[in-house]
Amino acid sequence: MSRQEVVKSNSHMVQKEMITRNYDRITGGTAKVSSTFVPGNLNELLMCFDIANNLPEINAIQNAMRKKSGEMIAEAERSGHSEDVCTYVKADIGMMAKGNIAPNGKPFPDPDVLLLSYTGCFTFMKWFELLREQYKCPTVMLHVPYAADGLPTKNMRDYIVKQLKEDVIPVLEKVSGVKFDIDRLREYLRKSAIAENDLVWMLESSKRRPSPVDCYFGGVYYMGPIFTAFRGTDECIEYYRLLRAEIEERIAKGLCAQSPDGDMPEENYRLVVEGPPNWTSFRDFWRMFSEAGAVVVASSYTKVGGVYDYDGFRHDPGHPLESLADYCLGVYTNRNLPTRVDMLARNLVEYEADGLLINSIKSCNSFSAGQLVMMREIEKITGKPGAFIETDLVDPRYFSAANVKNRLESYFQMIDQKRRAGGSAAAAGA
Amino acid sequence: MRTFIGIDLGSTTTKSVLVDENLAVLGRGITNSRSNYDVAARVSKQEAKIAARFTLFRNALGKDAEHLLSDLERNFRLEQFLSALRQLEETCMGYLDHPRFQGTKTALRGSLDAVFRKIEGEAQEIYAPGAARKSDFFRDIAGSRFMNLAEAACREADIPFETMLNIYDKSIIDVESRVDPDETVAVQMKNGLTRSLASAEGVGVDRGEALSALGTVLAIELEETYVVGTGYGRVRLPFPKEHIRSEILCHGLGAHMMFPGTRTVLDIGGQDTKGIQVDENGIVTSFQMNDRCAAGCGRYLGYIADEMKIGLHELGPIAMKATRVPRINSTCTVFAGAELRDRLALGERREDILAGLHRAIMLRAISIISRSGGVTNEFTFTGGVAKNEAAVRELRKLLKENYGDMTINISPDSIYTGALGGANFALRAVLN
Ligand code: SF4
Repeated sequence: MSRQEVVKSNSHMVQKEMITRNYDRITGGTAKVSSTFVPGNLNELLMCFDIANNLPEINAIQNAMRKKSGEMIAEAERSGHSEDVCTYVKADIGMMAKGNIAPNGKPFPDPDVLLLSYTGCFTFMKWFELLREQYKCPTVMLHVPYAADGLPTKNMRDYIVKQLKEDVIPVLEKVSGVKFDIDRLREYLRKSAIAENDLVWMLESSKRRPSPVDCYFGGVYYMGPIFTAFRGTDECIEYYRLLRAEIEERIAKGLCAQSPDGDMPEENYRLVVEGPPNWTSFRDFWRMFSEAGAVVVASSYTKVGGVYDYDGFRHDPGHPLESLADYCLGVYTNRNLPTRVDMLARNLVEYEADGLLINSIKSCNSFSAGQLVMMREIEKITGKPGAFIETDLVDPRYFSAANVKNRLESYFQMIDQKRRAGGSAAAAGA
Repeated sequence: MRTFIGIDLGSTTTKSVLVDENLAVLGRGITNSRSNYDVAARVSKQEAKIAARFTLFRNALGKDAEHLLSDLERNFRLEQFLSALRQLEETCMGYLDHPRFQGTKTALRGSLDAVFRKIEGEAQEIYAPGAARKSDFFRDIAGSRFMNLAEAACREADIPFETMLNIYDKSIIDVESRVDPDETVAVQMKNGLTRSLASAEGVGVDRGEALSALGTVLAIELEETYVVGTGYGRVRLPFPKEHIRSEILCHGLGAHMMFPGTRTVLDIGGQDTKGIQVDENGIVTSFQMNDRCAAGCGRYLGYIADEMKIGLHELGPIAMKATRVPRINSTCTVFAGAELRDRLALGERREDILAGLHRAIMLRAISIISRSGGVTNEFTFTGGVAKNEAAVRELRKLLKENYGDMTINISPDSIYTGALGGANFALRAVLN
């Protein structure tokens, strides 16, 4: 085993352990458990009440990568859920119907509270309505106004802070029996910001040529701790330090990004990707890129749990509740189309990408609506070519390898052709 | 001479285009893809080379040779047929050595011999001037004759028809997979020409001149300088990666070569539908294609034809007779059959339903194009479905409704668009 593989598995192993520990905590029976969503999750706040954080989307992803989501979705459809509904939801509902077993093999406990922070996805509300039906537990909703003008206003921020004070915190106090201590929150937020600095450093390391990381396929691993139950913890800080050291080493060695099969030998294409990945065929999907030497230098999905690079947001211990509000408001799916366009277009330019690739998810309205419009806009602004592929999140029926590969190949060749445009123009005239 | 070849491996047919260094098309070849792309590629390539020899021969003889050439083509096909028939006979006979046929060998040999002599005798007639053939593929022509004759021969010799059929089935695959080497083709052409010169009247070309011109043409080596593969089956070819181009790029470039003003291309193939935007150099700037399912592609039409128990090529002409175009809801292959049966049961006319289906397919195509960036003048329609007049009629209507008047190009050679683009890429790979 070569040295860099050992280094790679280091942060990988650490993360694996962290996830296992969190599942053990959730299923352990001693801690109170809250279900909540990744975008705009209030992990630091939950920690203030010693509540364990369970994320149904993450469970769906875990099940998809273990090839279990197909039967869960089928189960949910049998019980009456429509074919076109977000497959994270159906994987979750199906998992419940099949005994609600966590990835560690132990049954999930019923949640003590459902904490719904609504950030741009209406599906969330219906999802938790279904869970509330099932578990009959308290549900607290944090309504995050949609940033329709691109920028959150002071009003919006105040509105969220007010909800936190008057609805969210009292319910969490009641459920947990722990009194809210704002200094505890400040301390967690201070730690969040430290890890966030390293996260942004990682995201920006892909500005280099060759990029030492892939910010989509690799990125979804790297963002794991900060987007889930670890933001605000020491181990999260530690994880990103470790990751940073590993990447620094890759840079020193001049290595390209990693692929499922080791280091990519060369970097032929630099892409920006919009939309969630497909999880059921994750490795095959990744390979279609890495085999062509395509690296994703920036992606929007690595911002779904918080945008830290675009406008420099960090959690701020000086303004704890306000900064939680800003965080929720700034999540990618809560941003309007022009902002998303601007974000991606800037990524294309700043990361010197060859083009924009959109992976449109059949069952995710939140991401998919407007994607073609975005693509055209971004093409216009940057002059770089865009392309479109269609897959699904965790439904194995909606990943057609041949179809995706065909489009990707065409896209890569289209980029080649653009690069040689001068030469081909001459030949075309021949 | 240096030649450059593009091969488009479609799901139903495989096409080749051979060009010279100046990008002039010398020959085109087509064959059915069968299940073996490797063979299909070799056959179509050989066909393109044969066509190229004809082109060179025509160039050598000049305009006056048209009559001779068409007659030569016919006689050459006859020669090809006879040589394939001989191969088939040899292969069939070879199977008789199997221990399984120990008892019946003599009887089988006799019957096979009788059958082949008969077909051989008929060959002249099959390829007589003006004779209509249902298919140009050896398998189809020889197969149908063999079935007919073998049945009678078996009855006479009192041997089971099944056995003969079995031997034939095995042998035809071997024969089909064989591609004649250039030398054999040269002999076939020479023999063909001798036949033509002996029989054709008023060829207007001097005999000696023709023979020597053909000799010169046959002596030219058609060097395969570079071959590019594209299409559905391209990944199955034993080609290195650089020799493979996506069909989207090939169709875009091919359409540009046929109609340099092209800006939007619609290609409806057997498996997928593509909307492609190209710039003034034929470079693809954007594209979209159907997602996972093949709804609305050529295959869907095949499915409908099967469902109605008619030939694929009859669909268009029947739909042209429609008096009204009903709105068909489903372009889904799974539901279309059911909807079709329902509508027939309700008494709707077959031609009207078919017209509705064609419209449904085109609606879907229009939506794919609009996702790729809309329609810009000039518009070029390629792929097998472009041959279907009912499909073209619906497309024209929809384009006019949605985008107004514009130039719509459909080339009679549109089936070769992808291969043509491929040939251009082959040339560029060497020249650039
Ligand atoms: S954002 Fe998309 S994937 Fe996430 S819950 Fe909403 S619909 Fe599902």
